[in-house]
Amino acid sequence: MKTIPTLGEILQAQGVSRRGFMKYCAATASLLALPPAMVPRIANALEQARRPSVIWLSFQECTGCTESLTRSSSPTLEGLIFDSISLDYHHTLQAASGDAAEAARHAAMQENMGQYLVLVDGSIPMGNPGFSTIAGISNYDMLMETIEGAAAVVAIGSCAAFGGIPGANPNPTGAVSVQDLVKDKPVVNVPGCPPIPMVITAVLAQFLTFGQLPDLDIHGRPMAFFGQTIHDRCYRRPFYEQGKFADTFDDEGARKGWCLFKLGCKGPITYNACATVKWNAGTSFPIESGHPCLGCSEPGFWDKGGFYAPLSTGKFDSGEKLAGAAVAGVALGAAAAVAGRRRQAKYTKEA
Amino acid sequence: MDLLDFARGPALQVAAYIFVAGIIWRLVGIIMLKEKPEFSDPRKPGGFMAALKVIYTRSFTAAPFKRATLYPKMLGYVLHIGFFVVILLFVPHIVFFEGFLGFDWPGLPNNAIYLAGVATVVSGLALLVRRLTNPVLKLISNFDDYFSWFVTMLPIVTGLIMPVRMGVRYETLLAIHILSVAVLMIWLPFGKLGHSFLVFVTRGTTGMVFERRGAKT
Repeated sequence: MKTIPTLGEILQAQGVSRRGFMKYCAATASLLALPPAMVPRIANALEQARRPSVIWLSFQECTGCTESLTRSSSPTLEGLIFDSISLDYHHTLQAASGDAAEAARHAAMQENMGQYLVLVDGSIPMGNPGFSTIAGISNYDMLMETIEGAAAVVAIGSCAAFGGIPGANPNPTGAVSVQDLVKDKPVVNVPGCPPIPMVITAVLAQFLTFGQLPDLDIHGRPMAFFGQTIHDRCYRRPFYEQGKFADTFDDEGARKGWCLFKLGCKGPITYNACATVKWNAGTSFPIESGHPCLGCSEPGFWDKGGFYAPLSTGKFDSGEKLAGAAVAGVALGAAAAVAGRRRQAKYTKEA
Repeated sequence: MDLLDFARGPALQVAAYIFVAGIIWRLVGIIMLKEKPEFSDPRKPGGFMAALKVIYTRSFTAAPFKRATLYPKMLGYVLHIGFFVVILLFVPHIVFFEGFLGFDWPGLPNNAIYLAGVATVVSGLALLVRRLTNPVLKLISNFDDYFSWFVTMLPIVTGLIMPVRMGVRYETLLAIHILSVAVLMIWLPFGKLGHSFLVFVTRGTTGMVFERRGAKT
């Protein structure tokens, strides 16, 4: 019988120090808003955990989510943990292809029935099965078959979580999200375009530690990471309160790092951990680089008006309809005046 | 389409159509009415300057009534000035206006806006209490007065709640705030809030008529 190494053994074999591992556990506890007393429990649980089988399905996507996780500038502990506990099937990363790859997926499902996790990136086209297939299998069929024995499903990225860019108006492929189709399994959404790698591994870490998925918000996202808006945690927030804004990307306000609200920042309505966890090993996040938040972790972010249209602008049609309303007002006013003049004439006569 | 998209899109759009059509309807309907017949020769021409004079002088209370009307008059000024400070000098609002006017103007820091908003709400509440406790005022008040007060206060209150949240998600509060503005825009041309665009028309007309009749203005 195959001996499955524990996560602790895998990390030890890869040269991860005890100190480094404990730092990761402390960071994970902090991110999940757990008390410091939980750090040893997380460490113990992760060390003892046998690697759960993870099947990663990629549907209508750009591979950005996978890139986000695998193309970090230097190998991170969360990357190592992710690599260690996952990926019995990932058709972008695995060497096998075609029937051999599918056989691996089926084998992983059989061996871990009821216990494996399914990670999905990309939306599922419902317009025509032929829009997106893997080994001749439609995305829908592959998803429904794979989740049958899954313990839970994690939708990675905004396409899997909400339909994303493939689902943007006019949604030519009839793209839907994972939660639109999966009703009888727990679904966790980790949206973002791409999502923050640490968030993905923290969700998995919580699952390994406590055997349960994190608390979710109204959009099925882990509260610990998606509980606050970018605006609330943004280091440029004081400038918003002071009424100091960048009007263009190269004006004095932009150079001084003032608030990007006028340049279309969607931070006030975007729930994500970018402003705290940040990207590229904690280097920065888009606003820190001088670009407004696009709101990529929100449902339908692609269709919320222009990226650079300020949040407080209305989404009006052309002025023609407004001109039509004005003409209608003139007509109604004239009709009212005619009626008024008749009344006036009547009273004048009576007088 | 979520609630915020609905508020920013169709709701605001329909409100804008009704707002524009309603104001023009009211103005054209009044301006095109026949002037009342004059039964004596005009003492003075009663021109544009007469209109301007009354527009200015009616901004202040006549001497005999100054003491009696000081309290509501003060509250009225605070309410109106506060309201316009909030609408016109809060930067996200300026950005909204810039969206269709094509130009902007300097705004105030948010704390100044919050202060103006709170002053507006407090003065509005004080005026409502006065309306409910003054027997004469209560007698002559109708649905229009109370509903106009409600739709005026609603955008200010929902706007003030936004930075506090009170457990409600920001996008939901923003949607409610925008919807409350849409309600205000729809009601404004038809109720007593019509004074916002009729006040100078009616004062000016009064000034012209009074001067022709030789009344002191």
